[in-house]
Amino acid sequence: MEVCGGQTHAIVRWGLDQLLPDGLRLIHGPGCPVCVTPAASINQALALARRPEVILCAYGDMLRVPGSEPGDDLLRVRAAGGDVRLLTSPLQAIALAQSHPAHQVVFLAVGFETTAPATALLAQQTARLGLANLSLLMAHVRVVPAMAAILAAPGNQVQGFLAAGHVSTVMGLEELHPLVERHQVPVVVSGFEPEELLRGVLGCVELLEAGRPAVLNAYPQVVREQGNPGARALLQQVFQVVDQPWRGLGVIAAGGLALRPELAWLDARGRFDLAEQGRAEGAGAQECIAAQVLQGRALPSDCAAFGSRCRPEHPLGAPMVSSEGACAAYHRYRAVPCRS
Amino acid sequence: MQELIQLAHGGGGTLMQQLIDRDLRPLYADPAQVLHDAASLALPHGRLAFSTDGYVVQPLEFPGGDIGLLAVIGTANDLAMAGARPLHLSVALILEEGLPLALLRRVVASMAAAARLCGLTIVTGDTKVVERGKGDGLFITTSGIGLQSLGGAQPAAPDGPALVPSAIQPSAIRPGDQLLVSGDLGRHGVAILAARHGLQLDPPVLSDCAPLWPQVERMLAAGLRLHCLRDLTRGGLASALQELAEAAGVELAIEESRLPVIEPVARTCALLGFEPLHLANEGRFVAVVPPEHSAQALALLEPDGGAWIGAVRPAAGRPQVVLTTALGTQRLLLPLSGELLPRIC
Repeated sequence: MEVCGGQTHAIVRWGLDQLLPDGLRLIHGPGCPVCVTPAASINQALALARRPEVILCAYGDMLRVPGSEPGDDLLRVRAAGGDVRLLTSPLQAIALAQSHPAHQVVFLAVGFETTAPATALLAQQTARLGLANLSLLMAHVRVVPAMAAILAAPGNQVQGFLAAGHVSTVMGLEELHPLVERHQVPVVVSGFEPEELLRGVLGCVELLEAGRPAVLNAYPQVVREQGNPGARALLQQVFQVVDQPWRGLGVIAAGGLALRPELAWLDARGRFDLAEQGRAEGAGAQECIAAQVLQGRALPSDCAAFGSRCRPEHPLGAPMVSSEGACAAYHRYRAVPCRS
Repeated sequence: MQELIQLAHGGGGTLMQQLIDRDLRPLYADPAQVLHDAASLALPHGRLAFSTDGYVVQPLEFPGGDIGLLAVIGTANDLAMAGARPLHLSVALILEEGLPLALLRRVVASMAAAARLCGLTIVTGDTKVVERGKGDGLFITTSGIGLQSLGGAQPAAPDGPALVPSAIQPSAIRPGDQLLVSGDLGRHGVAILAARHGLQLDPPVLSDCAPLWPQVERMLAAGLRLHCLRDLTRGGLASALQELAEAAGVELAIEESRLPVIEPVARTCALLGFEPLHLANEGRFVAVVPPEHSAQALALLEPDGGAWIGAVRPAAGRPQVVLTTALGTQRLLLPLSGELLPRIC
């Protein structure tokens, strides 16, 4: 299983799975931060964005994720007059808060350990500057606990992982060793270029054939054993590990990050009267098989709605929304050409 | 104090007259010309092409261009894609209250320079001002006419101008035709994204904004038959090819390794999760050329960075664009769906 949605996209974009021998199957993992953000968090973001005093900030591909209702996303709220801003760096929220003192700026903080350090920096600087009109709607998740949950689930088919190179750049290899020891599966840290992914697959197969589950770093030019100590320290200073619901996977033990108590005043859920908005499950929950896709139990093309009632323009589930989602990857690249 | 556009600049009174006299005159071919509501133009014999387009880009100025440059070359390029030499343009400006006059002056100067570059004249126009908040600083609409023959006289229809099919159009595309692009892809899209999102690219990527007529003229002057031309604007090469495939009812097979994409564009796309073939261009076109003329057409385009990218095949099923990757695998190339949004990580 490749963990990261960026890897899924590269695999499908380059048709790498078409090149692999029979008997070797790549299973697409849950590693798309957009896809796993729970509908409840999206609902809360939508509710905040509708408030006239709020400027809701989010990364680009979060704007299209529907909450509980199909088609109800931040783009629609923006079109209806809500102030929704697209950020490429969380720190841009500081300038927004400073230039709009009469508004409350809320940053929808999503992503894995890759983006969490930038959110941590935002939290620290907000506290340092004493900005009372900036808060965080936290939805950050941790990858390794999700890998453990997939391995522990009944009917698991995953025999080895390609770990996410970007996450490992921050977190290093340390937390992968206990996972390997406990579940006896090889984990190979892999990059995103075709040759890096193939090197990762080869490493995984060699470990499997040798019967030697281990952690292998096949992305050494970027990933170090210790990861990025500065970023890890920042995460520790600002966040604490919590149990967290993942869209499609349920509550994952130690699967999320929350603000530490001393920074809890930055939490948008506390600052605003945010009741649970709408249903807990996402739009299209009746028909969408996103949960199966995110656990590697189904391919996007197994879904009856794929490419017809569920398309990037009107997605039923988050994996079709996100540029890293497996369904979007299949839709973008995998519609079968008429000839070979 | 900075001068700003006020609502009164659109009121038809003294301020508007002053704006036209002082600031918009540079647009026109002959600044001494008395401006009427319509221009009278003497045209040589030949077929006219006529086109119009609106320009709403943000930011108004970006690396390698501005909205004024786009508004002139955009319509000129639409004419060139019909095989027509751009001749004359009309310009409608919609100004928002509060627009800095200095910015408007820079845009106007840029439009005048672009008109000279395209060899066309701006002959008539219109100016409106909308209240603050009702525009986006500046909207521009341009309409243009061009001449579809290269001097070779074609008799006008006996009853005056009539709508006639262009010789260069999607229905002329045939299986076996070759696909060429006129230069590298995606630079305008990256330049706009960088300006919009404050990305500091090193080195900066400049827009590819450029007039297309010179390249088209070179091919026509060489006597080449061109089955279709399509400028690559929003939606990039992927959207343009899909439209052509559908309009002509064919399959387009392209080779990814042949697509000219400069390294900074490829790198930025990898970073943000974009497909370079979905990014906008403003100075590039795809040419569909019959096989016997493709080598010569390529020789004319190559000095500007043009390249052969693939060929037309009969549609086996529904019309589509099939891309062969550098690894030899195949995938469909679909048009851009919705807004380009940068990915998270």
